Amino acid sequence: MDQVFAPPGETWQQVSHRLAELRRLLLGICIVVGTAAAAVLGSWFAGWWLAVVTVVAGVVAAIWGLWLIDRNWRAWGYAERADDLLVTCGVLFKQLTVVPYGRMQFVDVKSGPLERRFGLATVQLHTASPATDARIPGLPPDEAARLRDRLAALGEARAAGL
Amino acid sequence: MTDEPATAEPRKENGAPGAADRTPAHFRRLHPLTPLLRGWAWLAAAVAFGSQDVLLSGASPRILVLVPLIAVAGLAVGLASWWFTRYGIDGDALRIDSGIFERRSRRVRLDRLQAVDVVRPLSGRLLGVSELRLEVAGGSDTEAPLAYLAADEAVRLRAELLARAAGIDAATPEAPEQVVHEVPPGRLLGSTVLSGTFLIGVVFLLLNGAAFVLTGGDVAMGVLTASLPGVLAIGAALWNQFVRNFGFVLAESPDGFRIRKGLLDIKAQTVPPGRVQGVALRQPLFWRLTDWVRLDVDVAGYGKTSDTDASKSSVLLPVASRRDAFDVMRHALSGAAPEAVLVEPAPRRAAWLRPIGWRRLAYGADDRLVVVREGVLYRTLTAVPHAKTQSIRLTQGPIQRRLALATVHVDTTPGPVDAIIRHRDQLEARRILEEQTVRARLARKADVPEQWMSVPGARRRAEEAPAQPNPAALPFH
Repeated sequence: MDQVFAPPGETWQQVSHRLAELRRLLLGICIVVGTAAAAVLGSWFAGWWLAVVTVVAGVVAAIWGLWLIDRNWRAWGYAERADDLLVTCGVLFKQLTVVPYGRMQFVDVKSGPLERRFGLATVQLHTASPATDARIPGLPPDEAARLRDRLAALGEARAAGL
Repeated sequence: MTDEPATAEPRKENGAPGAADRTPAHFRRLHPLTPLLRGWAWLAAAVAFGSQDVLLSGASPRILVLVPLIAVAGLAVGLASWWFTRYGIDGDALRIDSGIFERRSRRVRLDRLQAVDVVRPLSGRLLGVSELRLEVAGGSDTEAPLAYLAADEAVRLRAELLARAAGIDAATPEAPEQVVHEVPPGRLLGSTVLSGTFLIGVVFLLLNGAAFVLTGGDVAMGVLTASLPGVLAIGAALWNQFVRNFGFVLAESPDGFRIRKGLLDIKAQTVPPGRVQGVALRQPLFWRLTDWVRLDVDVAGYGKTSDTDASKSSVLLPVASRRDAFDVMRHALSGAAPEAVLVEPAPRRAAWLRPIGWRRLAYGADDRLVVVREGVLYRTLTAVPHAKTQSIRLTQGPIQRRLALATVHVDTTPGPVDAIIRHRDQLEARRILEEQTVRARLARKADVPEQWMSVPGARRRAEEAPAQPNPAALPFH
């Protein structure tokens, strides 16, 4: 782990591995549908060899995508300190956000239909600055609710005027 | 420091007030000319609609019936809306009840007030009415525009709102003010002439002229007609800039900053103390000849309005000498001196990412401010008080990682001021992130309270005379 994006304590709290599973499913659907469509169209216009090329390209893309998903999942992390929340994410473009609890305006917990099926929720913190990017995806609902309540309580305790 | 809930949202209660929540009897109505002034939009729409009708059908009689009909309908709706709109002070909030069928009651908490503007459009000036705008953080637009009020009522209400927001007796008359800076028309004109927009326009016209002389024929004429809209747009932009900032006066009072400006439409802004979220000193290329600069501020209520409107409202000084600007900057930052902060340049290898201008990338911080310098052609010096930091971010892209560089963003409320500490050594960047977090936490505890008059010590600290800096050390060279 590099020093620049090192966790404040021992390790980052990681997000649920089911987030990676959800993304793999989405990737699989996209690649199968995309490859099939491209292969059918290709063989229609240019012959069977283009279909083979497309399928090979699809397989390569799938392997690459699986690798990316895994790396991206590993990059997510958060840590709760006494006065602020730290969120890190990104592999190619890394980011580490520090949001003081006292600056929090509101907390969102979101869960789409697919996320719900996988038992996941996204917690997002908002401050008075739209640039604040403190989103933690892939939390189990219990953890999301716990985090939301804790953040709301801490936000109230440490609130400061604008 | 305060036990308020975390939300800075205005406490709005939208919905029908029940029988128990009737509009109090002492609430007032807007100025009776309001429906007429607002009716212009209806009439214009009617005329546009009618003339389109004429153009399409070729028959004119319908327009003679339709336009007055629509105008009368608009006036009737305006009149009803005026009758049902009433405003007044309700507890610690300004309350506005409106709506003909769907009653709406809106409360704007005064301790959350970020700015109060009195706007007098040209038509309003002729009829002696003004519009009062309250800016609070959050929401998507100006929270409570009261259009229109009698001119003296707008001024009285502004004084009352500010007194209540400050936490003092509501009957306190408007605080006396002290003019800090005035922008003479000559300098405003000069700054417009030296602006990039104007010079581009001139070059454009010269090229056109050259083309006309050289080719002399229809080609040049074609180019000229084709470029006419561009020239007109540039002219309009310059004219707007000039008219908007004409007669610019910046004054200071216990209520905070007061700004008055405008040739045709007059705008008077009041920004209470401690509402400035950040200040940026900017110098376009040709202003260096005269050493002029402009000052922009972030105020929480201003940023969220549409872009152009925000840039209109966020000007603290349209053009001033560098020395005056630094004086004003110190006042705006309640005594903290940005030029006293030592800035340290970014490492040399930042040149890979910023071949031009890496030398000017610099950052510094003291116990109250974070200061960022950048820009070669368009120089910028940004200062954000630690107490106003919303969140802090460390980012690193792939090329930056190769060069062991990283960028730290100090996020503030939306507006023209952004403190981005670019291309620092990556370990230093992480250290900046941690230090900034601590500094912001400490500063938040000592910040000016929202009701800025309620704690006696707060004002004294804000008015502390800053140490006069050595002018030779001004970091903006």
